[in-house]
Amino acid sequence: MNDGVLAAAAHQPGSWHRLARRDLQHLIDVLVEAGHRVVGPQVADGAIVLRDLAHADDLPHGWLDEQDGGSYRLRHDPGAGPFDHVVGPHSLKNFLFPPRDTLQRWVRVAGSWQEQAIPRDEPPLAVIGARACDLQALAVQDAIFIRADYADPAYAARRDRLVVVAVNCRRAAATCFCHSMQCGPAVTHSFDLALTDPAEGAAGDAFAVEVGSERGAGLLAEVARRTTVGALDDEAIAAARRVPRDLESRMHARSVEPGQPRPRSLDTEGIRDLLFDSLAHPRWDEVATRCLSCTNCTLVCPTCFCHSVGEVADLSGDHVDRDRRWASCFEIDHGRMHGGNARPTTASRYRQWLTHKLAGWIDQFGTSGCTGCGRCITWCPVGIDITEEVAAIRASSAPDGQPAAGHEPSPSPPDAPP
Amino acid sequence: MVVAAAAWEIPGVRTLDLAFRDPGQGFVFEPGQFTMLCLPGIGECAISIASDPGGGPSRAPRADAPTLLSHTFRAVGNVTHPLARLVAGDEVVVRGPFGSAWPLETLRNRDVVIAAGGLGLASMRSAILHLLRHRAAYRSVTILHGAKHPGELLFTADYQAWREAGATILTIVDRPADDRPATSAMSEACVAPVAWAAPAAVGCGGASWSGPVGFVPALLDTLDLSPRDTSILCCGPEPMMKAVVARASDRGIAAHDIWISMERNMACAAGFCGLCQFGPAFVCRDGPVFRHDRIAPFLAVAGL
Ligand SMILES: Cc1cc2nc3c(=O)[nH]c(=O)nc-3n(C[C@H](O)[C@H](O)[C@H](O)COP(=O)(O)OP(=O)(O)OC[C@H]3O[C@@H](n4cnc5c(N)ncnc54)[C@H](O)[C@@H]3O)c2cc1C
Ligand code: SF4
Ligand code: SF4
Ligand code: FES
Repeated sequence: MNDGVLAAAAHQPGSWHRLARRDLQHLIDVLVEAGHRVVGPQVADGAIVLRDLAHADDLPHGWLDEQDGGSYRLRHDPGAGPFDHVVGPHSLKNFLFPPRDTLQRWVRVAGSWQEQAIPRDEPPLAVIGARACDLQALAVQDAIFIRADYADPAYAARRDRLVVVAVNCRRAAATCFCHSMQCGPAVTHSFDLALTDPAEGAAGDAFAVEVGSERGAGLLAEVARRTTVGALDDEAIAAARRVPRDLESRMHARSVEPGQPRPRSLDTEGIRDLLFDSLAHPRWDEVATRCLSCTNCTLVCPTCFCHSVGEVADLSGDHVDRDRRWASCFEIDHGRMHGGNARPTTASRYRQWLTHKLAGWIDQFGTSGCTGCGRCITWCPVGIDITEEVAAIRASSAPDGQPAAGHEPSPSPPDAPP
Repeated sequence: MVVAAAAWEIPGVRTLDLAFRDPGQGFVFEPGQFTMLCLPGIGECAISIASDPGGGPSRAPRADAPTLLSHTFRAVGNVTHPLARLVAGDEVVVRGPFGSAWPLETLRNRDVVIAAGGLGLASMRSAILHLLRHRAAYRSVTILHGAKHPGELLFTADYQAWREAGATILTIVDRPADDRPATSAMSEACVAPVAWAAPAAVGCGGASWSGPVGFVPALLDTLDLSPRDTSILCCGPEPMMKAVVARASDRGIAAHDIWISMERNMACAAGFCGLCQFGPAFVCRDGPVFRHDRIAPFLAVAGL
C-alpha cells in the first residue's frame, strides 16, 4: 500500500466519500491482502454474530433483529441493508480480550523456571460493522488495559494494529439506550472508516464513508485504485451526518407503544451517589429472587473485564502457560477467600455488578462502565433489565432517608497524602 | 527467588525466607505491601512481605535494599499447601511488590498501636520491624495480638527481642485451650511429609495460659490512650477489624487515624483482573492498606 500514500492524501482524515454497496467486497479484499483477519456480522445460530468475513455477500443483507428483555429474534426484511441490524451477542471484546488468552509462558530448564516470550504474531484484526456503543466500549477497555504505568501486552498488541470500519446506526432496538449514555448512535471516535447509509426506508445502494484516521485513508486510497470511490458534496455529507442525529432524536422521543417492547432509557443524573447511597436498598434482594447468577450479562457486556488466571501444564510439568479466562462477578468463586466469600449471595453479586458498572467505574476510570448497548437486557434469560433496576432504585430512594453509604470520598490512590 | 530457609511458626503456618537470585537488582518495598508468590503449573497467591524493608521507607532503589524477603502464610488451599512444602533450595517465582503501604513516615512522634488478629500479624511484621528499627522517632509502639488459642499466637519467639527494642506487647486468646485437633485433616494430609515444631515458648495445650481471654478490642480497653496522639494500624479478619475500629472510635480516635489492611481474592495484583474489587476500590492497587474514613461507608455494608 506504500505507493498509495499520494492517493491517500485525497482521502485524508475528516474527508467524506461515496462507496457503492456492491464495492464492499473491495474493502474486504484490500484488508485481507494487507494481511488482516477480517471479521464482520453474519447470521449464525439464529443470531447476528461477529465472525471471519471473506465475502461481502455473507453480511446479513435483508435481516433485522428484534430485541427485548430476554428475547432476540431475527426477522427477514427484503429492504434491510447489511448493517440495519443492531448489536448481537458479540462485541470487539471477543477479539481484543478473547475469552481465553495466554499471559505468560514458563519452561523449567535444569530445575529452574525461565519465562519465555509469547509470540504476538497473530494477523492484525479488522472489524467491519462496529457501532458507536462498540467504540465507546473499546475506549472503556482501552482505559483498563492500556494505562500510563503498564499496558497489558496481549491487548495492546491487538489494539495497536486494529482496523475499525464503523457503521452509523439508522435504526435502534428497544433495548438500545446509547443516547442515555451520551455515546451514540453517532460514531465520533476510534474508527478508521465509518459507513453511513443515507437512504430513508429501504437500504440505499451506496454508503457515505467518513475517513477517521491515516490508516483509514490508506485503505480507502487502495480501494479507490480498484473501483470508483466517488466524491460527496456538502449537502450529501450533511445528509449522512443527519442519519445518526435523527435517530438519536427519535430515541429521545420514543414512548411506550401497546404491544411493542418498552424503549429503554437510563437517567444517569447523580447515578454514582444514588447507587452508593443505596447499597442497603431492598431492591437488591428483590432482583435476587429473579437473577439466576448465570453470568450471561457479564459475558455479553462489551466492557466487563474480570478474569481469572489459571496454570496449564503439559504432562512433564516443565512447560506451563498462564492463561487468563473471562470471569464474572456472578460466579461463586469471584469473591472467594480463605475464611469466607466476600459476596456470598446473589443479591450481593447483582449489586456488585450493577454498582461497579454504573458507579465504581466512574471512580476507577472516569467514565461509566455502561455504553447503553442493551446486550445484558437481551441476553438475560429472565429479562432482568439494568435500566429498570436503576429506575426502581431511583424511584424509592428517599432523599431524606438514611443513606447506607457513599457520602465519603472514595479511596484515594495509595500515594495520595493522608 | 530461592528459598533460603523455611520454618513452621505454628501448626499449618509456614515462613519462607526468599533470597534473590540476583541480589543487585535493588528490590525495595514498604511495610504493608505484598507480593504474588507463584509456583508455575500450580498457581499464584498474594502474601504480605513479613520482613524488614531495610533502612528508610522509600520506593527509590537503595544501597541497603533487602537481600531476603520473608513471607509467613497459612496453608489453606491450592497454592499455599504446595508452598508450605518447599524447603531450602526450592524456587518460587515472585511478582511485586504491590499495593499501598502503612503510612509509617506520617506517624512519626505518635503513639502507634498495631492491632493484629491471627495471621494478620504476618502482614504487620514488616511494619513492626521498621518501627522498632526507628523506635526513637515514635512516641510509643504497642502491639495487640489476638489468636484463637495460645498455640496460635504468632511470632512468640520474637516477643522478647521486640520488647527489648521498645515495644509493648499484649496478647489475648479466644479460648485458653485448643479444644480442636492441632491440624485440620486437610492440612495434615498435605503437609504430612514435613514435621513441624511449635516454638518452645508456647504450649499448644494451653494449660499454662494465664493471660486475658477475649478479643483484640478488649486489649484496646486496657490501654491508657491519648486519642489525639494515637494511630491504629489494624489487620485481621474483617469482623475483627470492624470491632477494633468501633472500639477505637469509642475511645475517641478519629477515623483518619485508623488504618486497616483488607483482603480480597486476587489474580493479577495490578488492577486488571477485577477480582479484588471493594466498592470503588481495587484492593490490590488502592489497598490493601486503607485509611478507615475513606472506606468506612463500604466496610459497613455486608457482602461488598
Ligand atoms: C494483600 C493480601 C495479603 C495477604 N497476605 C497473607 C499473608 O501474609 N499470610 C497468609 O497466610 N495469607 C495472606 N493472604 C491470604 C492469601 O492470599 C490466601 O490465603 C491465599 O491466596 C490462598 O491461596 P490458595 O491458592 O492456597 O488457596 P485457594 O485454593 O485459593 O483456597 C482458598 C480458600 O478457599 C477454599 N476453597 C478452595 N477451593 C474451594 C472451592 N471450590 N469452594 C469453596 N472453597 C474453596 C480453601 O479451602 C481455602 O480456605 C493475603 C491476601 C491478600 C489479598
Ligand atoms: S451493562 Fe448492559 S447495556 Fe451497559 S454496556 Fe454492558 S451489556 Fe451493554
Ligand atoms: S442478571 Fe440475568 S444474565 Fe445476569 S446473572 Fe442474573 S440472570 Fe444471568
Ligand atoms: S487483583 Fe486483579 S484487579 Fe486487583
